[in-house]
Amino acid sequence: MASRQQAGAADSARQRELLSPGDVARTIARIAHQIIEKTAPESSANRVILLGIPTRGAPLAHRLGARIADFSGVSVPTGVLDTTLYRDDLRQQPNRPLEPSSVPAQGVDDALVVLVDDVLFSGRTIRSALDALRDQGRPRAVQLAVLVDRGHRELPIRADYVGKNVPTSRTEDVAVRLNEIDGHDGVVLRRSEEEER
Amino acid sequence: MTQGENAPASRVLLKDVRPYGEGEPVDLLVADGRIAEIGAGPDVEVDEVVHGEGAVLLPGFVDLHTHLREPGREDAETVESGAVAAALGGYTAVFAMANTDPVADNAVVVEHVWRRGRELGLVDVHPVGAVTVGLRGTQLAELGTMARSAARVRVFSDDGHCVDDPLVMRRALEYTSAFGGVVAQHAEDPRLTVRAQAHEGANAARLGLTGWPAPAEESIVARDCMLAAHTAGALHVCHASSSGTADFLRWWKAGDHAGTVSAEVTPHHLLLTDELLAGYDPVHKVNPPLRTDDDVHALRGALAEGTLDCVATDHAPHAEQDKDCEWSAARPGMLGLQTALGVVLRTMVEPGLLDWRGLARVMSERPARIAGLTDQGRPVAEGEPANLVLVDDEHRWTVRAAELASIATNTPYEGMELPGRVRATLSHGRLTVRDGVVAREGAGH
Amino acid sequence: MRHLLSAAELGAEEATSLLDTADTLKRTLLGREVRKLPTLRGRTVLTMFYESSTRTRVSFEIAGKWMSADVINVSSSGSSTSKGESLRDTALTLSAAGADCVIVRHPASGAAHRLSGWLDETGTQVVNAGDGMHEHPTQALLDAATLRERLGGLDGRRIAIVGDLLHSRVARSNVHLLRTLGAEVVLVAPPTLVPMGARQWGAEVTGDLDAELPGLDAVMMLRVQAERMDGAFFPSAREYSLSYGMNEARLARLPEHAVVLHPGPMLRGMEIASRVADSPSAAVAEQVRNGVHVRMAVLYHLLAGEEVTA
Repeated sequence: MASRQQAGAADSARQRELLSPGDVARTIARIAHQIIEKTAPESSANRVILLGIPTRGAPLAHRLGARIADFSGVSVPTGVLDTTLYRDDLRQQPNRPLEPSSVPAQGVDDALVVLVDDVLFSGRTIRSALDALRDQGRPRAVQLAVLVDRGHRELPIRADYVGKNVPTSRTEDVAVRLNEIDGHDGVVLRRSEEEER
Repeated sequence: MTQGENAPASRVLLKDVRPYGEGEPVDLLVADGRIAEIGAGPDVEVDEVVHGEGAVLLPGFVDLHTHLREPGREDAETVESGAVAAALGGYTAVFAMANTDPVADNAVVVEHVWRRGRELGLVDVHPVGAVTVGLRGTQLAELGTMARSAARVRVFSDDGHCVDDPLVMRRALEYTSAFGGVVAQHAEDPRLTVRAQAHEGANAARLGLTGWPAPAEESIVARDCMLAAHTAGALHVCHASSSGTADFLRWWKAGDHAGTVSAEVTPHHLLLTDELLAGYDPVHKVNPPLRTDDDVHALRGALAEGTLDCVATDHAPHAEQDKDCEWSAARPGMLGLQTALGVVLRTMVEPGLLDWRGLARVMSERPARIAGLTDQGRPVAEGEPANLVLVDDEHRWTVRAAELASIATNTPYEGMELPGRVRATLSHGRLTVRDGVVAREGAGH
Repeated sequence: MRHLLSAAELGAEEATSLLDTADTLKRTLLGREVRKLPTLRGRTVLTMFYESSTRTRVSFEIAGKWMSADVINVSSSGSSTSKGESLRDTALTLSAAGADCVIVRHPASGAAHRLSGWLDETGTQVVNAGDGMHEHPTQALLDAATLRERLGGLDGRRIAIVGDLLHSRVARSNVHLLRTLGAEVVLVAPPTLVPMGARQWGAEVTGDLDAELPGLDAVMMLRVQAERMDGAFFPSAREYSLSYGMNEARLARLPEHAVVLHPGPMLRGMEIASRVADSPSAAVAEQVRNGVHVRMAVLYHLLAGEEVTA
């Protein structure tokens, strides 16, 4: 996802705030409620696992898990699913370091896996995540939660939980910032750096 | 041993030349193959005029160690391409090593090489005869027959191989002394250099190349000096490459010994070191191997003081497939005829170790004496044979393998800037090179 | 990374990154039934082995196949090399036929360097799987991976490399890599098996193994490459074994945590006693396992990134 690669201070005139720090917290809380509603994690028959896709999907999954525990009293296992080894665009980008995947000890077999990512764009990351997940086992069902859906899908993939739908142009860039990685929360829309050059 | 006497006599005026780089420019008249007059007037009638513009005039260079590859490896060099390279390098005589295929261990092969040289008329080509049959180091070749042949061979060498059997070496030194021959030894103890690929030291260790230890050369040099003294023979040490060899020869020559000992050093051992091996490009593979900076400086000092008598190129052309391969599979050797002058100027003259007279000594006079040539390496003086080279000492040029005359392209100096350019070469009074170009029309038949 | 030719050219950052990738790959595949990643689908990897080496070739082959590369083994005896084709022509032919990466084992030191020069314009990448007596970088990487696992890190660790240093590409690669990663290296061998100039490698050199034992964190035993010995480098196998063999008595004098490595194939009884090789201190099997992951990491770093232009 393009947004992940691009940190740093873009000129504020070139960027627009989509979600404030408070919005981020409220959005995560809302998604947590929706997941509880749709998956009924308190039922022992419905084992739910949240798997975050690095980089920012991982802390998002963790936060969602915490909110779900707050609201439902059920502790939902969370983990990390690195998709790098399954990507189909490795040759288009500089070599990227691998992030270790960590799947909860019980495994994913027969669980309901909710993949968590920050931005849904072309859908290619999710496709590679589905492939990576297949190598981990056979979940009962897979759902997808994202903080922002910015459109421009290239594959028949849709999210089950969306924090915010943002119409964008391809030359724009959605940057998600999370406290755990960036030191603050927020989502901004900006013109992509390639266009500026 | 004058060659090229079948060429038409011509009168050449060398205008504004400085013999040995000394004094004001003079005009020098060459006629009938000799230096007719130094300080000739402007009105003299001549066939050709060479404008020296103050260039340095020296006796033509003599190379005791050249591989011309003919017969057998004409894909790397022929007598013709090698002779052109020699003339362009300022040489008026070269000694063609015996390790051809077939080996020059008999009168037929040496006469073939000698005749090809005469037909070309560019440079005196003196074949070197093999010391032993097939360079195998066991049985003496017919040294006397080669000496009596039309080629009048005086220098004998198994170069590429060491005459390592001490008894065979002793006999060779004894036998050749009867007709004034000299045995040129490739000093390399074969037991100490099994599979050797590079100078034994830190670089070879790092690169994983089997070491060629300096004592493999030094021990043979010491042994052969003692054999030469014992037999009153004439030993010439080929391509001295280590500081230890220089030290031994200095000590030996300071003593009072029977026999004669002389030694040569190659231009590449005066300039290049085994640091160049890092990329494993076999263009730097040579035998004896490139050694260390300490060796380079010891060899320069030894050449300057006369411990080493002369510079010899060990010009060793190799076809591309024999060099463009993995290091251990590559043949050792490098081109040298057209770069020798530049390297000696850079390593010896520019740092002040030799002046122009010193350069004439190590590139022309001493090698001619060692080989017993009477018409080469003579002073630039009236009445002397006109084997001359005119050097433009101000000129600097960049070595390009593709522009060298040799068929092979294995020069280690590719892209290097060298000082000095051969403006003209005269062989027996005839221009073989003028304005840096071979004067082919002069070749007599 | 354009090619992997030597451990000497790996910086600490790059080497650590390779080891980290290997570690992640190892954990990714741990306990899986299907050990197959789609990462290098469609990439063609050729192994060219001009020296027989089952273990290294198989390790590379498995590494490539686990990442879904098409791995083709070119055996030098069954190919045109036996018809006298030059290494250069063979390499250019294989590159033209579509090789993305050539893994080469060759008896000539520097062969991989030469190959990389010839193939530079074609984009085909080169991995040195052992060149003569020069280097064997993936062996050093797998040794480092094993030591990192066992010791928790290499910085400040003291590691002895014992045996035929003269002919060993494993030793050369390990000296470079271990020092790059912060370890102290001491070379132990009879002086006849120490290359002239080895003292300039930045490692200590000694002939006394016993004196070193108590201070070591690891001992790397080298194979005594009998097939390379032209002359008598030591009087007898018995004397060598007595002075430099890793036996039980010597094992007992090593610190508890110390690791014994051997690149294999082992000459049991000669350089390593059978009981030592099978003891918990020995990491021989881990070395082989890590070899696959390290080679997967090398292929990933070479082949997964953006196309590198020469």
